[in-house]
Amino acid sequence: MSPQATKNPSVPSVRKYPKNWRWGILFILPWLIGFCILQAYPLIMSLYYSFTDFSILAEGKWIGLDNYKRLFTKDKYFMKSLGLTFKYALMAVPMKLIMALIVAMILNMKLKCINLFRTVYYLPSIMGGSVAISILWRFMFMREGMMNNFLGVFGIPSVNWLGDPDIALVTISLLVVWQFGSSMVLFLAGLKNVPTELYEAAEVDGANKWTKFWSITLPMLTPIVFFNLIMQIIHALQEFTSAFIITSGGPNHGTYLIGVKIYEDAFQNLKMGYASASSWVLFLAILLITVLVFRSSSAWVFYNDGGMD
Amino acid sequence: MRVKKNDIIAYVILIVMGVAMIYPLFWLFFATFKDNQELFGKMSLLPEKFSSIAYKNGWKGSGQFTYLTFYLNTFKLVVPTVLLTALSTGIVAYGFGRFKFPFKKILFALMISTLMLPDAVIMIPRYVVFNKFGWVDTYLPFWAPAVLACYPFLIFMQIQFLRGIPKELDESAYMDGCNPFVVYVKILAPLLKPSVFSVIIFQTLWRWNDYFNNLVYISSVKNYTLSLALKMSIDSQGSSTPWNQVLAMSFVSLIPPILLYFFAQKYFVEGITAGGIKG
Repeated sequence: MSPQATKNPSVPSVRKYPKNWRWGILFILPWLIGFCILQAYPLIMSLYYSFTDFSILAEGKWIGLDNYKRLFTKDKYFMKSLGLTFKYALMAVPMKLIMALIVAMILNMKLKCINLFRTVYYLPSIMGGSVAISILWRFMFMREGMMNNFLGVFGIPSVNWLGDPDIALVTISLLVVWQFGSSMVLFLAGLKNVPTELYEAAEVDGANKWTKFWSITLPMLTPIVFFNLIMQIIHALQEFTSAFIITSGGPNHGTYLIGVKIYEDAFQNLKMGYASASSWVLFLAILLITVLVFRSSSAWVFYNDGGMD
Repeated sequence: MRVKKNDIIAYVILIVMGVAMIYPLFWLFFATFKDNQELFGKMSLLPEKFSSIAYKNGWKGSGQFTYLTFYLNTFKLVVPTVLLTALSTGIVAYGFGRFKFPFKKILFALMISTLMLPDAVIMIPRYVVFNKFGWVDTYLPFWAPAVLACYPFLIFMQIQFLRGIPKELDESAYMDGCNPFVVYVKILAPLLKPSVFSVIIFQTLWRWNDYFNNLVYISSVKNYTLSLALKMSIDSQGSSTPWNQVLAMSFVSLIPPILLYFFAQKYFVEGITAGGIKG
């Protein structure tokens, strides 16, 4: 890896890298090793496994595209769980980001006690992914649970939060929305960075609040919204704990997210080759969506300083 | 006086939402003092009488192992992982943030792109590798990625902090003949304290709350962490789940993250805003 410039005695003065470049390599070495062994190699191997009938018990043999063919033609649940996963992400991510944006806007009104509110709103984000909270969710949304009791007070008939396949997916999405605080803190930081001169200039031009929001605040926030959108989509498409603990993928496979399916195929049914194929379809779907969001970004993301540093 | 009116509306919205958000947690807290019948079909937040029986019985765990074991196991998993992560990501961030070396741009791009690499894809081969090493049912599958800085978000966050420290500081130390490692330890590390704290906090929460990796790598009950023990407690009893005990132990498992949050709040905000991604 050593660059020729530093070794070639005929050009001693043209050094491409400062003499301490070796230190740089040394410092990133842990990551480099980790990247090779724990990220790049597994990525390649899972692609390889996806063309075999590998299980942890037996070496796999090459079966070509059979796993993929089975996923798309014979497996009753694969397409369903892929569809459910998208539906879940499409519900959870926009709801979460819109909530975060609205609350951040309100908190940015220079009110008192902002820190107190921020503390309260952020609290669910620090524990939301845990088993404990999933258990709480399961309990709260039971037929006889707190949520239905609460609705009963207002005369609203009880909802079958976990027993109806369509509603169950909404119930687990709500767990993500409840954690909007993490995105909110980011939006709030973004709002603080909007230069006040912009608003002053707009006021001179006679802009009202609504115009200021649409033509200053929102454009200035788009880089943060963009990054959040991508990361949240990637996380949502891999959701596991809530679907596994709250509903165990049910009822009637109504919350059988792809993450749960991959886990069950790989570690319960020990069909690791087959599960690898599912995971690659998921990976490609994530890549495709990320690329699409990136492509679309030039149309709606506004960079004030030419980059999101 | 229109401004005032808007403010009042804003406060009302904020308070109603705040109560709605925090209510489940208060409810959980008070539910742990109720008896099992009282949990169903009653609206009241406060228990009829405070009883600590759910804690006492819940703490017994599986009979063979109490929640003391599960608690200690969780610490055994989380603490080394967090400390190793803080060290490794700091060093790697220093490498990327302050040095020029061959292929740096490509390597940095690779590092950032792993932010988008789904765990589901690398999980199976990783398991196979760790299984070959005989590491399954130990905490090594958690410690190893920490040593090897497999947390791109945290590296990125540290780089962002590092960028905020003027280069002249460490450059002048080189001039005085310090080697880069000494410069990091003596000059940069003290200035990077907020960044290291942020890493510690995020990683503690992620590892504490993590369930998936625990489920995959830990198989025997004696090594169970809190996540696994809680899941076991709702599975094993069937229809007669003693919910008050389950809720009590769930609450007990949330205490460390909550304490951490209240004592280290300012680092949360600094951390997520520096990393710019997700908390």
